[in-house]
Amino acid sequence: MSAYEAILLTIITASTPLLLAAIGELVVERSGVLNLGLEGMMVMGAVCGFAMAQVTGSPWLGVLMAMLAGIAMSMLFAFLTQTLVTNQVATGLSITLLGLGLSGLIGSGFVGMPGIKLEYISIPVLSDLPVVGKLVFGQDPLVYISILLVLGVSYMLKRTRMGLIIRAVGQNHDSAHALGYSVIKVRYACIAFGGMTSGLAGAYLSLVYTPQWIENMTAGRGWIALALVVFSTWLPGRLAAGAYLFGGVWILGLYAQGMGVGIPSQLLSSLPYLATILALIVISTNRRLSVINTPASLGQGFVPDR
Amino acid sequence: MKKLFTVAATVALASAMSVSALAADKLKVGFIYIGPPGDHGWTYQHDQGRKAVEAELGDQVETVYVENVPEGPDAERTITRLARQGAGLIFTTSFGYMDPTLKVAAKFPDVKFEHATGYKRADNVSTYSSRFYEGRYVIGQIAAKMSKSGTAGYIASFPIPEVVRGINSFLLGAQSVNPDFKLKVVWVNSWFDPGKEADAAKVLISQGADIITQHTDSTAAVQVAEEQGVYAFGQASDMSAFAPKALLTSIIDDWSQYYIARTQAVLDGTWESTDTFGGMDAEMVGMGAFENMPADVKAMAEATTAAITSGELHPFTGPIYKQDGSLAAAAGEVIDLGVLLGMDWYVQGVDDQL
Repeated sequence: MSAYEAILLTIITASTPLLLAAIGELVVERSGVLNLGLEGMMVMGAVCGFAMAQVTGSPWLGVLMAMLAGIAMSMLFAFLTQTLVTNQVATGLSITLLGLGLSGLIGSGFVGMPGIKLEYISIPVLSDLPVVGKLVFGQDPLVYISILLVLGVSYMLKRTRMGLIIRAVGQNHDSAHALGYSVIKVRYACIAFGGMTSGLAGAYLSLVYTPQWIENMTAGRGWIALALVVFSTWLPGRLAAGAYLFGGVWILGLYAQGMGVGIPSQLLSSLPYLATILALIVISTNRRLSVINTPASLGQGFVPDR
Repeated sequence: MKKLFTVAATVALASAMSVSALAADKLKVGFIYIGPPGDHGWTYQHDQGRKAVEAELGDQVETVYVENVPEGPDAERTITRLARQGAGLIFTTSFGYMDPTLKVAAKFPDVKFEHATGYKRADNVSTYSSRFYEGRYVIGQIAAKMSKSGTAGYIASFPIPEVVRGINSFLLGAQSVNPDFKLKVVWVNSWFDPGKEADAAKVLISQGADIITQHTDSTAAVQVAEEQGVYAFGQASDMSAFAPKALLTSIIDDWSQYYIARTQAVLDGTWESTDTFGGMDAEMVGMGAFENMPADVKAMAEATTAAITSGELHPFTGPIYKQDGSLAAAAGEVIDLGVLLGMDWYVQGVDDQL
């Protein structure tokens, strides 16, 4: 494996959990809901996926369990914020705290166990092609799923009736309601989708990235994903670019250090954040587009007047 | 219904802090942890120490710990809370708790404080640390014997003396076997971020390192080494379960004896502000089993461990040259403790700049 292949593979691995978590949150926010519980849902996905894989011996069942755990956490959030109309920011934060605590409790019996890794895909001939073989045909399955999710969400939001309804609900829930759409139901569905992808992101951490369970193993990735959604101005394509840019600068920073380049490591550590902000500011200079895509009802609770 | 949820949320929040039931006349011993006890590394070992105190003195003391406390203002708040809750002895177990510990100690003169790996003391603040660098010298020697490329990768957390000392000691050990041994260093600027630690390991391996060692708290790097077929060392606790083929040995921190002794001192009323820097001789630093290596390398590692334990060998014995080529210690001279504690320079051969 050449050095550049190794770099690109590492970048993809570092970016994928961010992308998975962020693409779900993008849909959630497009429907007008701000779920700050990303980190908590992710970490619950990580622990439940790991536990399931350990118990059954099947990483795929682990992935499934992680998605269910993410959905379960998100449904708690949905029940509180949509049915009981609690404050979304406070509820999201408490979902994060709950997830971090609960995952530690669930995972306490699984600390110190070597994990089961989700195998990389290997397609005969294709995976062995020079240069692109491993990059295009030799990733772990979740990488492909993340890319399919981005393409799917992009298509769904732009080209389908469902996407139109989600956007309408996010733009102006009163009008959407007046048109006869069930704002609450649409938001429930979007929140569940967000929970599922967050759970997947967690599974990526505990079954692919570092196959083991360690408390707090998300280490703030949920928050980075959250920031990527906002800075991408809610567009899936930009989100993917932002996630890979972040992962890229992150890994290149480590590379530069390993090469002995005399840049302070603290600066290198902050570069991914700086670079992402800068790049997304530059591509967001189109004011009109930004305003159009910002869900106007973001974070506002909806109480239907009957 | 809403009230029920408020209660549930409060319970969830409170469970983040684990407080055992209060008993009136027992000494309350508090511990502040930088990570979760489940990290299977640094905090795990401190928690083992706490459990040892419970096991040994459980009828006279009760222990309380707060995990995942960030270094900085949060630490000050948390330490203050423990002191207010009546803790008589508080162990703050990370370097970055140094100033917060001193600030709180000034406000609670009757509470005894023990700060790990720091260098500032007060009448009611002791410091304690382990000479981890002794273990690093041993693994440095093993690394030089086992490496084919002659280059090791070192995943470092923060550029503080404790970490720099470990890097230097590792390289000095390696150079005692192979004078041309090279060391690549990657700083991840975090004590605990499994993903980033794994990334750093992958980066170092792709740059030619075939030995990975780390001064961070998780097992992630060791696992990457196993996967990629290079050797690794465990840090803080025995990590062999994570890398049965790759792990050569682990440096193990053992705080139990110290924690029991200091708690006993408070119970006896003989506690004084001290500075403890215990190593292999005090059984505060131990080596895991030497595995996956030929018999001669194992024999060498055992001999070095024995020599350090008996005091015959000091890892920082000259001639030692700094990175810029200047002489740090002449032949036979041992670098003195003060310099070691404030170490902010690399020895020659480190492929990095501070």
